[in-house]
Amino acid sequence: MSAVARSIRPFASRVLSQKLPLVGVRTVSPAAGFPRVSVRSFSQSPFLEVKKYTESHEWIELADDGKTAKIGITEYAAKSLGDVVFVELPEKDLEVVAGEAVGAVESVKSASDVLSPVSGKVIRGNKILDDKAKFINESPEAEAWIAEIDVNDPAELDSLLDAKAYKESIAEE
Amino acid sequence: MSAVPPLRRGINLLGLRSLSQSASITANGSTLLPRQHRGLHTPPAVRPFLRVSALPSHGGVRFASSPASSEPLRQTPLYELHLAQGAKMVPFAGFSMALQYSDLSHVESHKWTREKASLFDVSHMVQHQLSGPGALELLMKVTPSSLDKLGHNQSTLSCLLEQGTGGIVDDTVITRRTDDSFYFVTNAGRRDEDLAFLEAEISAYKHAHGADSIKWEILEDRALVALQGPLAAEVLQSYIHGNGPETDLRTLYFGNCRSLYLTLPDGSRTPHPLLISRTGYTGEDGFEISIPTEGAPSLPAQVTELLTNHDQVRLAGLAARDSLRLEAGMCLYGHDISTAQTPPGASLGWIVGKDRRDPATATFNGASTILPQLASPAKTLSQRRVGFTVEKGSPAREGAVVVDLNDESRTPIGVITSGLPSPSLDGTNIAMGYVKQGLHKKGTEVGVLVRNKLRKATVVGMPWVESKFYRGKA
Repeated sequence: MSAVARSIRPFASRVLSQKLPLVGVRTVSPAAGFPRVSVRSFSQSPFLEVKKYTESHEWIELADDGKTAKIGITEYAAKSLGDVVFVELPEKDLEVVAGEAVGAVESVKSASDVLSPVSGKVIRGNKILDDKAKFINESPEAEAWIAEIDVNDPAELDSLLDAKAYKESIAEE
Repeated sequence: MSAVPPLRRGINLLGLRSLSQSASITANGSTLLPRQHRGLHTPPAVRPFLRVSALPSHGGVRFASSPASSEPLRQTPLYELHLAQGAKMVPFAGFSMALQYSDLSHVESHKWTREKASLFDVSHMVQHQLSGPGALELLMKVTPSSLDKLGHNQSTLSCLLEQGTGGIVDDTVITRRTDDSFYFVTNAGRRDEDLAFLEAEISAYKHAHGADSIKWEILEDRALVALQGPLAAEVLQSYIHGNGPETDLRTLYFGNCRSLYLTLPDGSRTPHPLLISRTGYTGEDGFEISIPTEGAPSLPAQVTELLTNHDQVRLAGLAARDSLRLEAGMCLYGHDISTAQTPPGASLGWIVGKDRRDPATATFNGASTILPQLASPAKTLSQRRVGFTVEKGSPAREGAVVVDLNDESRTPIGVITSGLPSPSLDGTNIAMGYVKQGLHKKGTEVGVLVRNKLRKATVVGMPWVESKFYRGKA
């Protein structure tokens, strides 16, 4: 049993604390973050803030080429879904409009569509998840990305939530 | 204290009415319609991914549209205890209920129940007492059960039936306490409908037989918890107070109840006896324990703490309750059954008492509809409730449409009413639903549309996990 008498929103507060390092990295990175190789979820170009979030709990991270991006679900979403048992991956070349499903995540309790944060064309789904859907629970914001897409217009990312705004949005829930 | 914002709290984790699937009923194969139901273009108050509960409260549709959903949520006597144990609380049937607890995931909690024992707070359910010289007659009008054949402290699963149609108003477990007094439990999500139904039936009865013919009481001051799992009896036995023969749970069989005291940690007995019924909603051996609170408001929490302090017992929430009952092939009102079905229409014909099937003497509500259905189901029933297993991949959940595999037009031949990957069967996709009469035989292969993709499914018998009710030597 947990010794901590948790508040009514245990997730939000836990996710909150998990997010803090991310924010930290982001603020120092333009100066110190080069070269970067190891931690892909934190990688970003020196000039752009390339990892963005949606209110529906997806993240999108633009690669250094400024054209392709990976899409996944957030830590908060993975935690909330619980034990993920199946991930439906998109077919190669599927064209998606922002807000359309680019996959689905199934836990025992529920099915949730993964909505593409921006418009683009699917390059590939993350095949690791075919064999090991539970990986979503372990590494939702890094290795367990769901789709890689060719982004139609990288400027579409501008309207999405940054880490801070996303963090605030889940704190409200 | 942070109140629960009713419609923002919680997450659609039991989301059997999940977005894309319920949409696909109307979509019928169109790829366009489901899109309108989700995504970024929904109103900002709704988070599509973690959308707040359209939790499968009993009586789904009603719940969603009911004014009750905008009223403050009610709390059970164990509310504070849930919070202290890290429960994720969700709105359910007008109550703030625990979905799961921080110590175990849904799947872990499910498996814990199948292997050890779990305690569920089900105090939201409505407990009734009906007594008086007319109690038996009234209950035998509103249900098709042979309640007159029940011994004292014996119970049976039954259904409240609408007059005329025989539609299922609610499912209920009825216990005969004495010749003319009954204890029964109905669904929280059907509270308003059940009370209106019973009020009307009882008033009519009293009008004909006198005001003293029946006394009906809703036991608002009682909590209800369920201790379920293979270790439930051993655990509960260790807390039973006293040592007379009645304290031996080995002689308390499935479908029977007894009033017993528990021993509190200080050695004293509980201030009230608890009504302990050997029954449950998981398919495991177990008990439902009705706890009076008169003069002892903390008794439900004391009993819960007592039982959960045992190292083989954990608290479990609605998430595990739903997956456990589905594996056991049990219906959830508002999803698998509704007023649109009679008991035979819902493959619950067995609840109609064997000696109540003679059309000449049957007087229960809907008998003239129900008896022909029992006599010649193939002629009278258009569809049947069955189990399905669905091929590996996306599970078929509530609302998924069942189609003929060979029919290109994908005309619906049925619908899934509950479904999920079974935690006990290593994630095998199981589902309950209705399919056209004639296609309901075990082994029949059908298709199910999940997000507009055709998935193969097979009609199978239920339950998926064999029930382990304690029936003594038989």
